[in-house]
Amino acid sequence: MSDRRPPKRRDWSWRSAAFRGLVYQIVAVALIGFGIWYLAHNTLANMAARGIQSGFGFLFQPAGFDIGESVFPYDALDPYWNAFLVGIANTLRVAIVGVVLATLLGTVIGIGRFSHNAIVRGLCYGYVELFRNIPVLLQLLMWYLLATDWLPPIFDAISVGGLFFLSKSGFSFPVPVWGLGQGLAAIGAVAGIVLAVIYKRWAVRQFELTGQVRRTFPVQLLLVIGLAFVGWLVGGAPNTWSVPTRGGFAMEGGGAASPEFISVLLGLVFYTSAFIAEVVRAGIASVSQGQVEAASSLGLARSQSMRLVVLPQALRVIIPPLTSQYLNLTKNSSLAVAIGYPDVVSIANTSLNQTGRAVECIAIIMAVYLTTSLSTSAFMNWYNTRAAIKER
Amino acid sequence: MSAVFKSIAPRPAPVRTEGFVPWVRANLFGDWKSIATTLIILGLAFAYVPGIVSWGAVNAVFKPDADVCQAARGTGACWGVVTEKYRLIIFGRYPYEAQWRPEVATILLLALLIASCIRAFWRPSLVLLWALVIPAFFVLMGGGMLGLEAVSTDQWGGLPLTIMLATFGIVLAFPLSVVVALGRRSELPAIRSLCVVYVELIRGVPLISVLFMASFMFPLFMPVGKSPDVLIRVLVGITLFAAAYLAETVRGGLQAIPKGQIEAAQSLGLSYWQTQRKIVLPQALAMVVPGIMNNFIAIFKDTSLVTIVSLYELTGALSLALNSDADWRPFKIEGYLFITLIYFTFCFSMSRYSLWIEKRVSVSKTR
Repeated sequence: MSDRRPPKRRDWSWRSAAFRGLVYQIVAVALIGFGIWYLAHNTLANMAARGIQSGFGFLFQPAGFDIGESVFPYDALDPYWNAFLVGIANTLRVAIVGVVLATLLGTVIGIGRFSHNAIVRGLCYGYVELFRNIPVLLQLLMWYLLATDWLPPIFDAISVGGLFFLSKSGFSFPVPVWGLGQGLAAIGAVAGIVLAVIYKRWAVRQFELTGQVRRTFPVQLLLVIGLAFVGWLVGGAPNTWSVPTRGGFAMEGGGAASPEFISVLLGLVFYTSAFIAEVVRAGIASVSQGQVEAASSLGLARSQSMRLVVLPQALRVIIPPLTSQYLNLTKNSSLAVAIGYPDVVSIANTSLNQTGRAVECIAIIMAVYLTTSLSTSAFMNWYNTRAAIKER
Repeated sequence: MSAVFKSIAPRPAPVRTEGFVPWVRANLFGDWKSIATTLIILGLAFAYVPGIVSWGAVNAVFKPDADVCQAARGTGACWGVVTEKYRLIIFGRYPYEAQWRPEVATILLLALLIASCIRAFWRPSLVLLWALVIPAFFVLMGGGMLGLEAVSTDQWGGLPLTIMLATFGIVLAFPLSVVVALGRRSELPAIRSLCVVYVELIRGVPLISVLFMASFMFPLFMPVGKSPDVLIRVLVGITLFAAAYLAETVRGGLQAIPKGQIEAAQSLGLSYWQTQRKIVLPQALAMVVPGIMNNFIAIFKDTSLVTIVSLYELTGALSLALNSDADWRPFKIEGYLFITLIYFTFCFSMSRYSLWIEKRVSVSKTR
């Protein structure tokens, strides 16, 4: 009576589910394999017929075209791989700045949807509906048109206090002249961040042991700013700034953002922040009203209940869709090719037209974006598991 | 000790909490922060809205006269650019005298789409309607029969092309996405991994690279000397791209179906496909209607990207119309605002429709 399992079927039939499953899989794999072989065969035949050369050897030939803006030195005689690196750096630059700005703006707009003030609510709603219902490419083109057509020429640049200049040729701003002091300040700031994290851990442990609440944020802020300041003092307190001045044909000195960069950035930030606002709104709305009421009956202030009760729970809902918005922003940055910002797609497009190696250039674009996407989603998944509910 | 009746003083009526004045008091002047915000926003509105109105309407030029527009530059918008060029913007390079054909074709297609959205039309004859309108659309656009002059696809453009790419992108991508989503949840490892690789690969790259592939690499993929029409190549690209995103949305719905439903279906003796068709998909798809509609809106917006591979849909047609004309090129921003309005109208009505259908779907769940 103890062991009366049904007898194991030794004989399988042609009609068993397992056998059919095997057949389906073999057929599917064979079809896909044949499809790939067929496409590859055709491609090789076409290349032979048209005399197209293949292989990544071209990467080491001189590129022969100039790139408008670059984070590191680049010359038209440099090889193609260097041009691609410039493109990748430009893509990452606009994507990273865009993600930060879009998150800030999107969070503000998303929280604004819960404002006590009806005008603020209405404006935030209008913003979201307006910007997410217009194709991002159209937005980029419009910003670019505004930046190159409606802004004043360089000799008539809009100036703020003689420090910031905005004109057809972009946005110029003062930058500190990099030296020992700034380097030490950066090191100090990093050390401050590390100490702040350690302090936070210690404060949390003290709270759990003794119930004594310690102020964390002001201390952390003080640590970071203080150490950066000390580093700057130790380095001799340098205060030379490179301030942009009006030259004959271009702004001289200072830092500069090209009109292409600004247009891509504005387009991506406005478009993506509308989606992020919706993500934030849905996240906050997902926290049940009872949680807020419980928090206020415990005597927490409105800001405390937002920070300690609502946001940590909302974050769990927010993070996965937020990740896909970040990835969308990065992928949409490829539209920069339409207005001539030298991102990796536009470099690849130029190389493709010069060398005719379509397969290789498109493969490079895809590889770059796949790497970015997969690593971002890996990082966000790691963060998400940290923010997820710790169930016992 | 006779108690003398003494009337108590009437209490004040309770504070009104409904109506216009209390609403304004609560929502615009609730506390000092709210008051300050309201005042600041009203101040900004008084400062800037009159300027915008006078630029857009009061000082604007509506006549198609480039000289008058040039004179009003900076103080008033030139909507004359739209009156002058609207046929080129809406129909692209389609032969001028034959432009009634894309017009009729687009109206037919739009009517079909709108009819498909209305509940009263959800009956078998709708399929017949689709089977009639789709060929009619292509006959009208392409011509070459029934006495219509042939118009090659590289002359198609403007709004008809946008609507066509979006409609067929959606219609073709949706069934593919359901198959891929089912495949991704299949118990057969080879099929599952094929679907996972497809979805993750496509979702990891931007649409523009898929379109580049469609325009540069598809010709290489085909047998020597044969190359499908660029419109078909781009449509295949959009379909493959959209299907990967849709498949993820559909998979979300599939995952939300309790396992008991499938087990119950199996114990009733339904086969795999019967289970999916009769039990799982109706529930799963109803659950993810908002997500699917969002994907549809995204596809509509994404059609604007085909301008980068030289197909002149709405965005491309605008550049085509204005870039070559030195008289009107300075007024491109007004042209952009015009097509922005078209895109916005389509996308916004789709999102409103999505809200309505979401409500309809949830009616069956709330008792």
